[in-house]
Amino acid sequence: MTMEEATTPQVERPPASVTGPWGWARANLFSTPWNTFLTLVSAAVLVWAVPPALDWLIFNAVWGHVKPEVCKQADGACWAFIAEKYRLILFGRYPFKEQWRPVLAVCLLIAMIVFSCNRRFWRVWLGAVWMAGLAVFGTLMWGGVLGLSPVETNLWGGLPLTLILAVVGVVVAFPLSIALALGRRSRMPIVRSFSVAYIELIRGVPLISLLFMASFMLPLFLPTGMKINALLRAQVAIIMFTAAYLAEVVRGGLQAIPKGQYEAAQALGLGYMQMMWKIILPQAIRAVIPPIVNTFIGMFKDTSLVAIVSLTDLLLATKQAISDPNWRAFFVEGYVFIAFIYFIFCFSMSKYSQHLEKTLRAGARR
Amino acid sequence: MKFRHLVGAAAAALFAVVSVSGAAQAGATLDAIKKKGFIQCGVNTGLAGFSVADSQGVWTGLDVDICKAVAAAVFGDANAVKYTPTNAQQRFTALTSGEVDILSRNTTWTLTRDASLGMMFTGVTYYDGQGFMVPKSAKIKSAKELKGATVCVQTGTTTELNLADFARANKLNIKPVVFESLEESKVAFFGGRCKAYTTDASGLASIRAKDAPNPDDYIILPELISKEPLGPAVRRDDVEWFTLVKWVLYALGEAEESGITSANVNEMKSSADPNIQRLLGVSGDMGQKLGIDNAWAFNAIKQVGNYGEIFERNVGQKTPLRLARGLNATWKNGGLMYAMPVR
Repeated sequence: MTMEEATTPQVERPPASVTGPWGWARANLFSTPWNTFLTLVSAAVLVWAVPPALDWLIFNAVWGHVKPEVCKQADGACWAFIAEKYRLILFGRYPFKEQWRPVLAVCLLIAMIVFSCNRRFWRVWLGAVWMAGLAVFGTLMWGGVLGLSPVETNLWGGLPLTLILAVVGVVVAFPLSIALALGRRSRMPIVRSFSVAYIELIRGVPLISLLFMASFMLPLFLPTGMKINALLRAQVAIIMFTAAYLAEVVRGGLQAIPKGQYEAAQALGLGYMQMMWKIILPQAIRAVIPPIVNTFIGMFKDTSLVAIVSLTDLLLATKQAISDPNWRAFFVEGYVFIAFIYFIFCFSMSKYSQHLEKTLRAGARR
Repeated sequence: MKFRHLVGAAAAALFAVVSVSGAAQAGATLDAIKKKGFIQCGVNTGLAGFSVADSQGVWTGLDVDICKAVAAAVFGDANAVKYTPTNAQQRFTALTSGEVDILSRNTTWTLTRDASLGMMFTGVTYYDGQGFMVPKSAKIKSAKELKGATVCVQTGTTTELNLADFARANKLNIKPVVFESLEESKVAFFGGRCKAYTTDASGLASIRAKDAPNPDDYIILPELISKEPLGPAVRRDDVEWFTLVKWVLYALGEAEESGITSANVNEMKSSADPNIQRLLGVSGDMGQKLGIDNAWAFNAIKQVGNYGEIFERNVGQKTPLRLARGLNATWKNGGLMYAMPVR
């Protein structure tokens, strides 16, 4: 660097204290004494908590296929437990040799969900795709045709069971909830009182009591010999419950639509169905995406309650894996493993909802 | 008048339908089982040694083997069983509503259950009793010293009720700390949440052996505060089915008393002992009297083993539970297992 260059007038740059990492830290972490205090406390908590957690999870953990006695000696997590039991946890008591079928079925279901996330495919034919997809899912899981050995629903378990309960729950409960929300705002007294009664009744009881009713009480009322599939009973309970909650969310969206929108639609000569389908519902549902996804996430996790009525979902399958006396000491690893699975699904849902909000609000960004 | 006739006729028709279906169902469990070709068996959702799904999802355990033995007796195939995992609250509904044909789920035989739940216990497959475990450092030598103590206990079981009875009878003012699952209650106890832990003695032994940080730091108190005879139960609607299950249990016990095992049952067929001949269907028609094949006991013993083999395989000394035979030894060895004569 020569003298000449140094004296050349240059564009004034901001002082180093407000740019770069130091500047960022000052602005965001140490802007006030209170913020400085909070930053230091958070850092202390992280330093205190993270290294032991990582030690347990990774560095001192036992990996690969080993005997439980080896795990007993280690300080860290025993992932050998998962290596030994992952098939029981993920697929429950589905026949061991046939477990490629639930693998395929789960992949198909996840592929369909990812496919449906793309707004370009939100057309009427998507419904048909779902019908076909669920039919293939059912064929894979049930078997009995195309040379697949039949597998009854009481052997279904683990991830496929959790996913099918959640997905069918969403797919059926969502239209039902729109009907209920519209019914509750309807001027027809019978429709309105039915919707109100349904929503209030179902919301007034916990999901667990619905599941108990469906699983324990219903069979006693049915004539002997008449049986309704246990999975179906739980699925119906979940659908009924989710529909009631979603209906109130959708109603919230409907109420946010100004009256002018209805009047404008009517002025254009649109009938009730057209008005709702083309004008009101698209706006109403867009307004309530966060609470809808919130309900979906809650419902996805609520499916684990079916463990209480002995459906072998992800949670009960894990409990069965834990009840093996040789591996009983490693139940924390089992629960951490399925917590991770639940987290992946719930986190993806919440991320997608953020993305959806952003793209759908492109026109109305404040 | 005409309307009344119509109502009367409808009522009569309805009554006829109901009574016909009623008649068709009475005593029909065994027929229905033979027709469908398998037994529906209610088991625990997961209890070490009694009913556990192994890493491949296959059920094993003492309770499971009882169902297998019954299936072997009826069909000659121990695998003709469909298992329904049931929890403590659900098990009786599952049985009485017909979802399962036999409930083999570590269920304690009590008067209330036998008399008022529409079910019958077919026998005892495991004699248990409720005990206490305490840390050695607590310096407690008897359950009577648990005055005002907190006790970890699992909910929905007779264990919880027995604890309350014991506390009331001895004026101990015990504070139960109730947990939904075995894991939670264990962790709470070993974490020092409670002064004592209570469950069936079989459970205490295995928990101390498997889960205690150091088994020697814990002692099991000598008192058993309850009798817990565990056994399979069936619905009340079919006495023949009840009799069949009961005699399969006796056959397993009789086999052990006579020294018949799954390994030597083929040779035993040529035994000169008339008792063994009758049991294995070489002579007599014991199976036919039960409405099944004469080789019923032979098949059960061949495929599942006698009671002693079942015990040792699932909960015995070579398993992680390391339970001694104790009360569950045959009467000849000082236990309570006594098979009624097959003749």
